[in-house]
Amino acid sequence: MNATSVRIVTLKIDDRELSAREDRTILEVARENQLDIPTLCHLDGLSSSGACRLCLVEITGIRRLLPACVTTVGEGMEVYTNTPRIQHYRKLILELLFSERNHVCSVCVSNGQCELQELARKLGVDHVHYPYLMPELPVDASNPRFVVDHNRCILCGRCTRACDEIEGAHTWDMRGRGIETRVITDFSDPWGASSTCTGCGKCVHVCPTGALSEKGRSVAEMVKHKHFMPYLTLMRKEQS
Amino acid sequence: MTKKITIKPISRIEGHGKITLHLNDEGEVDKALFHVTQVRGFEKICAGRPFYEMPSLTARICGICTVSHLMASAKACDALLAVRIPPAGGELRRLMNLAQIIQSHALSFFYLSSPDLLLGLDDEPQKRNVFELAKTHPQLIKDGIALRQFGQEVIQILGGKRIHPTWVVPGGVSEPLRLDQRDEILQRIPDALDCIQRTLTVKKRLLDQRREEARTFANFPSLFMSMVDDKGRLSYYDGHLRFMDATGKIIADNIEAEDYADWIGEAVEPWTYLKFPYYKPQGYPGGMYRVGPLARLNLIDYCGTPLADREWTEFRQIERGPTLSSFYYHYARLIEVLFCLERMQRLLDSPEILSKHVRAHAQVNALEGVGMVEAPRGTLIHHYEIDEEGLIQKANLVVATGHNNLAMNQGVLQVARHFIHGGKLEEGMLNRVEAVIRTFDPCLSCSTHAFGEMPLVVELYDAEGQKCDQLLRR
Repeated sequence: MNATSVRIVTLKIDDRELSAREDRTILEVARENQLDIPTLCHLDGLSSSGACRLCLVEITGIRRLLPACVTTVGEGMEVYTNTPRIQHYRKLILELLFSERNHVCSVCVSNGQCELQELARKLGVDHVHYPYLMPELPVDASNPRFVVDHNRCILCGRCTRACDEIEGAHTWDMRGRGIETRVITDFSDPWGASSTCTGCGKCVHVCPTGALSEKGRSVAEMVKHKHFMPYLTLMRKEQS
Repeated sequence: MTKKITIKPISRIEGHGKITLHLNDEGEVDKALFHVTQVRGFEKICAGRPFYEMPSLTARICGICTVSHLMASAKACDALLAVRIPPAGGELRRLMNLAQIIQSHALSFFYLSSPDLLLGLDDEPQKRNVFELAKTHPQLIKDGIALRQFGQEVIQILGGKRIHPTWVVPGGVSEPLRLDQRDEILQRIPDALDCIQRTLTVKKRLLDQRREEARTFANFPSLFMSMVDDKGRLSYYDGHLRFMDATGKIIADNIEAEDYADWIGEAVEPWTYLKFPYYKPQGYPGGMYRVGPLARLNLIDYCGTPLADREWTEFRQIERGPTLSSFYYHYARLIEVLFCLERMQRLLDSPEILSKHVRAHAQVNALEGVGMVEAPRGTLIHHYEIDEEGLIQKANLVVATGHNNLAMNQGVLQVARHFIHGGKLEEGMLNRVEAVIRTFDPCLSCSTHAFGEMPLVVELYDAEGQKCDQLLRR
């Protein structure tokens, strides 16, 4: 978009008067101004999908809550990022994530390095009020270097976006509906049999939990490096 | 009229169990059963998981025997990788394993069993506990606390935390030892040595006063099994299995970990979840054997460290052949703590221990692996089968308390027959039945990989199966 055609709007986030380009999202503007909004599916360098709903915010005059990562700012907007109502919903979302699959941190490769775990700690999720479903999901270890453990997956879609938008391989996708949804490689083939996977490992490093990991990493050993994504996107754009 | 007595829960042991005693028409003990009544199914939980998660996964079986499971599991995983781990990785694992033996033995002896030994078995249970002991024997309890703390803190220094450290990994350990960490452990060893030597003096004085218990506490012929190293010395991490009969004759030796199933069978009884391993050549239940500190000190040719060897020589003079009374498990535990401290010092004195090369990396190279170590309570075996991708297909864990199961039952029967007559229940009798179990220091959470809570009850049943008396302890 041409810079000259973009308007600057003024808005209030948590009672702070701010101004921002009208094409920016509430999340971007909030973070630029050191206002923290929690996210799980969002990652700088990838497109936003509004999947996890953790960045929900309240906007005066709009009854439903809106995800800050895909809602652009508007003139005169009054946004609240941390009301009791939002806090309640955020904890509820995390509890639902924990109850849906098997997130036993103590024996997870990502223990201590996990975004889900860290967020739960930060938001004070000390109980899960729903029965754990504990589904018995498979682990696909067919790839010689990487492993996908569906028990740890929260369906944030970062792996699919990184693979599609940055690597350009689109090996990852989603299959199924609702609780049956799974991330898949190619046409739901074993990862090791994938003909499109380049083995770059970006999916592993953007994964917020222990769902994707490097093979052979022991419990609590999987450290992920995701901050290189924006640079990668930038460099690839410049070259093309 | 026959009766059945149940002791439930058995207190001051790791985990929860109960005992039933069946009396005949004359009120004499006919049958005694030690039950472990819950199951957790760890072997099932592990199925489908990547093998390299197994050390941390199986460590969660127990908060006391954590390190032992880490070691056995990591060794089984080394076998799957088919690697020789770097020497320093092995030395560091040995070091942590020694710390584990120290902390667990200190827990068993000082916190759980010493009230029986020092306060007598005829007192009320309210008076026989570690707090009462702190009043009457303050130095002993201080030493006990210090020793357990030492063991726990060495584990913490090495692995980052006292319980469930993730430092032990397939192929070695994840972090090398730093100089300051080594020095910290080294400078604390002399104090710990003082603690254990003071305790040994107290213990040896006690042995004379407890002759009746020594005579009746699971004092019977049985086989013994433990690992020994290639020179026949006391070893908790390296070596092979050795069996000895009650006369002291070595009946099987040099058994490698992967051949364990050729020698050890596992029987199942409907009244308990704890399996009954037995020595295969002699069948079930004839192939009863004991493991743990007593077995180890019976089986070795010598310890291999000066102070421990001196104590061991004295220990071997209790009987002409192997020491058969399980009462001496306590004594053996203390000698082992002394040995562990000496071994630790020796490991730390070697410059090799500071090497940065502590981990070997490899992919799956074998589809089956067995890891074996001596845990505080006896031999611990982890046996895994995986597919080509490294996912667990089958896991079998044979734990120390299981090996002792037949002997514990036999021990309960012996002590019950000696102390119970005419079908009458008295506190002192119950205490002795419990105390005999404590000599084995069973860990029931490990043994059944079991879950739940069960207090100790002794129930008395008549010939028609009617309950006529009950004692309950929580």
